[in-house]
Amino acid sequence: MTNQSKEGAFYQRDRGWHPPAYTPPYKTSVTRSPTKALISVDSTLSEIAGPVFNQNMLGELDNDMIMNFAQPGEMAIGQRIIVYGKVMDENGKPVPNTLVEVWQANAGGRYRHKKEGYLAPLDPNFGGCGRCITDEDGNYRFRTIKPGAYPWPNGVNDWRPAHIHFSIFGSGFGQRLITQMYFEGDPLIWKCPIVGAIPSKEAVECLIAPLDMNNTIPMDSRAYKFDIVLRGRRQTLFENRMEGL
Amino acid sequence: MQELKHLKETPSQTAGPYVHIGCVPNFCDIEGVYPNDLGDSMVNDKTKGERITVTGTVYDGTGTPLKDAMVEIWQADAEGLYPGKDPRDQADPNFTGWGRKAGDYDTGEWVFETIKPGAVPFKDGRMMAPHITFWVVARGINIGLQTRMFFPDEAGANAQDPLLTRIEHQNRVSTLIAEKTGDGAYRFDIRLQGEGETIFFDV
Ligand SMILES: [Fe+3]
Repeated sequence: MTNQSKEGAFYQRDRGWHPPAYTPPYKTSVTRSPTKALISVDSTLSEIAGPVFNQNMLGELDNDMIMNFAQPGEMAIGQRIIVYGKVMDENGKPVPNTLVEVWQANAGGRYRHKKEGYLAPLDPNFGGCGRCITDEDGNYRFRTIKPGAYPWPNGVNDWRPAHIHFSIFGSGFGQRLITQMYFEGDPLIWKCPIVGAIPSKEAVECLIAPLDMNNTIPMDSRAYKFDIVLRGRRQTLFENRMEGL
Repeated sequence: MQELKHLKETPSQTAGPYVHIGCVPNFCDIEGVYPNDLGDSMVNDKTKGERITVTGTVYDGTGTPLKDAMVEIWQADAEGLYPGKDPRDQADPNFTGWGRKAGDYDTGEWVFETIKPGAVPFKDGRMMAPHITFWVVARGINIGLQTRMFFPDEAGANAQDPLLTRIEHQNRVSTLIAEKTGDGAYRFDIRLQGEGETIFFDV
């Protein structure tokens, strides 16, 4: 109920670990990157608090992208996979009851979007969106098809590695994060200017989901594990500080 | 020496041009999966407080509007309480505090219908001026940008706001003050770069 009353401000974000705003090989960043220094402020209630979503807002097929846009009796085309993982914070503490939203291209690398012009065909039974809320232990899971790689207009021959976009809320608005999950063994990962915006190989590895043969469904779906880490909180009691402790 | 066992935060990646598919699918014509887009509506008939609209556009460094941005806002209710889990008290149950809008495909403009927030205390007990927290993502933005909108009709509170007063370049503070365009109507444009670059926070 009053979860955050026991939890304090967030750890400062390690800006050298995240991609910087200005990364010229990813051309769109050039005019969309602030040039002035961010103003640093310790978290206030406006970041410590955050919107709450309830399990009861979810539909039965929200986390099943093979079925949630399919016509009756049909299903999305592609390699069937399960993507699962745990949302936790920098202290390793699970983040329960948080909303995880995902979106992706279809098996041919085509998005269902009016501004998308890639010649690969749309799959009439694949929408491309899914969502779930983490359980008490921070776990989430959804079922989908493996997205295809696709070309994009950056260089004349740039291809995105297969990926799934993730949006995560956390327990406070200061934890808000959007990222992308990649698949183990994809050679395009190391050629992608968007991935390359991340400064270190070690940080990129955090976005690569390994194949997990222990969590497959035999004769049905393979599994990929993708754990997500959000900013950690200091232990300080917020109210106590307000009272002068 | 012992190890500190802190994990590293998952690195951010751009939301890309198709953030709509995952976050506002009905807006981009993917219908029938979710009944409505989350964050589309923040208020209902019973919400307490002064109704306002906040309209704006996100501009890049060349002055071109972003037509693929997604903007989220987060704010307190009319009494200054955050919906959800505010440790101080129960916020207005008829107010969500959180809104999400995609820019219009042709103009890039977005509009939030909300209420004017009450003041919220800073950690030392001083009051912060009424404000709305903004979070902006788009293609080309590698990590979500956070800023705050303040109200032009709160000059006194703004002059004492703990965040605004700590900004060294006071000539930039105006980038955080919305423009009043009518009764209960505010305009808050966000400039990513160049002249009038909006102040962004690391908070
Ligand atoms: Fe993508």
